[in-house]
Amino acid sequence: MPIKIEHLGHDYAKGTPFEYRALKDINLEIEDGCFVGLIGHTGSGKSTLIQHLNGLLEPTSGTVYVDGRDIFNEKKDELYKLRLRIGLVFQYPEHQLFEETVAKDVAFGPRNLGLNETEIDDRVREAIENVGLDFDEVKDKSPFELSGGQMRRVAIAGILAMEPTVLILDEPTAGLDPAGRDEILGQIKKLHDERGITVILVSHSMEDVGKLVDKIIVMNDGDIEYFDTPAEVFKHTKHIEEIGLAAPEVTYLMQRLKETYLEINDSIFTVEGAVDEITRVLELHDQNPSLASAQETGDADV
Amino acid sequence: MNKEQPILSLKDVSFEYFSGEENEEGSLALDGLSLDVQKGEFVGVIGHNGSGKSTMSKLLNAIILPTKGDVLVKGLNTKDEQVTWDIRQTAGMVFQNPDNQLVATIVEEDVAFGPENLGVIPGEIRRRVDESLETVGMSAFKKKEPHNLSGGQKQRVAIAGILAMEPECIIFDEPTAMLDPSGRAEVMKTIKKLNRENHMTVLHITHYMDELIDADRIVVLDKGKIVMQGTPREVFSHVDELKAIGLDVPQMTAVAHGLRQKGFDLPDNLLDVKETAEAICRLK
Repeated sequence: MPIKIEHLGHDYAKGTPFEYRALKDINLEIEDGCFVGLIGHTGSGKSTLIQHLNGLLEPTSGTVYVDGRDIFNEKKDELYKLRLRIGLVFQYPEHQLFEETVAKDVAFGPRNLGLNETEIDDRVREAIENVGLDFDEVKDKSPFELSGGQMRRVAIAGILAMEPTVLILDEPTAGLDPAGRDEILGQIKKLHDERGITVILVSHSMEDVGKLVDKIIVMNDGDIEYFDTPAEVFKHTKHIEEIGLAAPEVTYLMQRLKETYLEINDSIFTVEGAVDEITRVLELHDQNPSLASAQETGDADV
Repeated sequence: MNKEQPILSLKDVSFEYFSGEENEEGSLALDGLSLDVQKGEFVGVIGHNGSGKSTMSKLLNAIILPTKGDVLVKGLNTKDEQVTWDIRQTAGMVFQNPDNQLVATIVEEDVAFGPENLGVIPGEIRRRVDESLETVGMSAFKKKEPHNLSGGQKQRVAIAGILAMEPECIIFDEPTAMLDPSGRAEVMKTIKKLNRENHMTVLHITHYMDELIDADRIVVLDKGKIVMQGTPREVFSHVDELKAIGLDVPQMTAVAHGLRQKGFDLPDNLLDVKETAEAICRLK
């Protein structure tokens, strides 16, 4: 389901002294099956934007097309059906767990879809396994006796059980330790790769986003600043800092190394990428000492 | 190590959680942990979710009491109910969620809440509020409403609220977990400044390894025990051990580690971009 956003604007508290323009004039096309990162400082409009994608908020101006259909110009029940296919995982989704057992909690969504019991059971099992939990081990447990990271995964499983074709996650790793973070992101990536669903990942971490996504949306003050591949976006380190964000540390390292090693590719933003590229360049220098002496002058000011 | 009495001291402390069911075995959140923090120190605490970090911080504030062992704050035992308030005034706490810590509708009133409850006289409260807001760089916002502030600003107000109680030590329990990068940077700058300029003792619990690069000491918790401690350079040089217990190292340490595995002769204690770039350039 491709998503097309056209001249989308949103004012909060319109017509009151507290009126606030959260989205200005957003134009964006997200292709089917794309893995997109959405980044911006607090208050830049990220959450407002994603809440339009499944019709939770109505735009003040402009509209959103999902699968070619204007979601704000559909009948109520059509909008409902569309919304079911766009899964939205809010921040700290574990606060929304409420059932007695994990299996019941995950089954809540599919049950509301009116599916029969066998299908519900299948979906619940699959969803729980898809987030890396052992179905038989957790199904009868209370969600509240699980660890924070496990609760987060149960909450995400609840959305997956709806089998969305677009999955939107608002900071799914906030507050998790590094291993928990890598695990959840790895599972999201796997879901994307295996099922070809469209994923929109809201995150504060350039490092995480850079590793995973095809494209990054950078928002600032209700506008879109960049919509491009990570390598392209991270080239604009100065401007990214001006709008309250930071490029991955690795990018800064590569840019610094470029002053000495002219032939290094400085649009690299992952640790693994940096190790490979630096290895390549250093080996090049070993084999060809004249390369080093030619650059000797540049060495002094590093 | 100086011979002064440590400001925070955990002596062979264990803590067991019970979920309340009959005949169940409790789960051990802390397991015979001992730790001393000296006055003026900046100690970082890392560990995966469930390693006992938050249990430790709650014990230091007498929110919970140890199942075994003793917790002393400036020599006062948290088991002695008579001194609970002295302990909480000596060791202030800042938590993760900025929205859960602010109580008043105006910034300066919020900062005044602590000293008011301590029975401080009004003129003195005024002085403390002004000074605390100045220290965290929020003086310009003193008449503002907290809900209009950014996450980083709210956390700075929460810190000012603690400072106004004139503690000798502040325990930060993941204060940056819910903030964006600029909010994180604001809060970290404030914490470091408190430690360096105001000589505040800081215990900083976090999942962000890069926040601890300047700490005096890092303590690594796993399964309720201290498994490693030392300066950031010492601790982060153990890349494989840290990864094995679900932790990470700063990005630059990881790059240098990767290059060392490829056979390049780099030091194992690189932390920031500048020194890493310089070390790599020396290989040429």
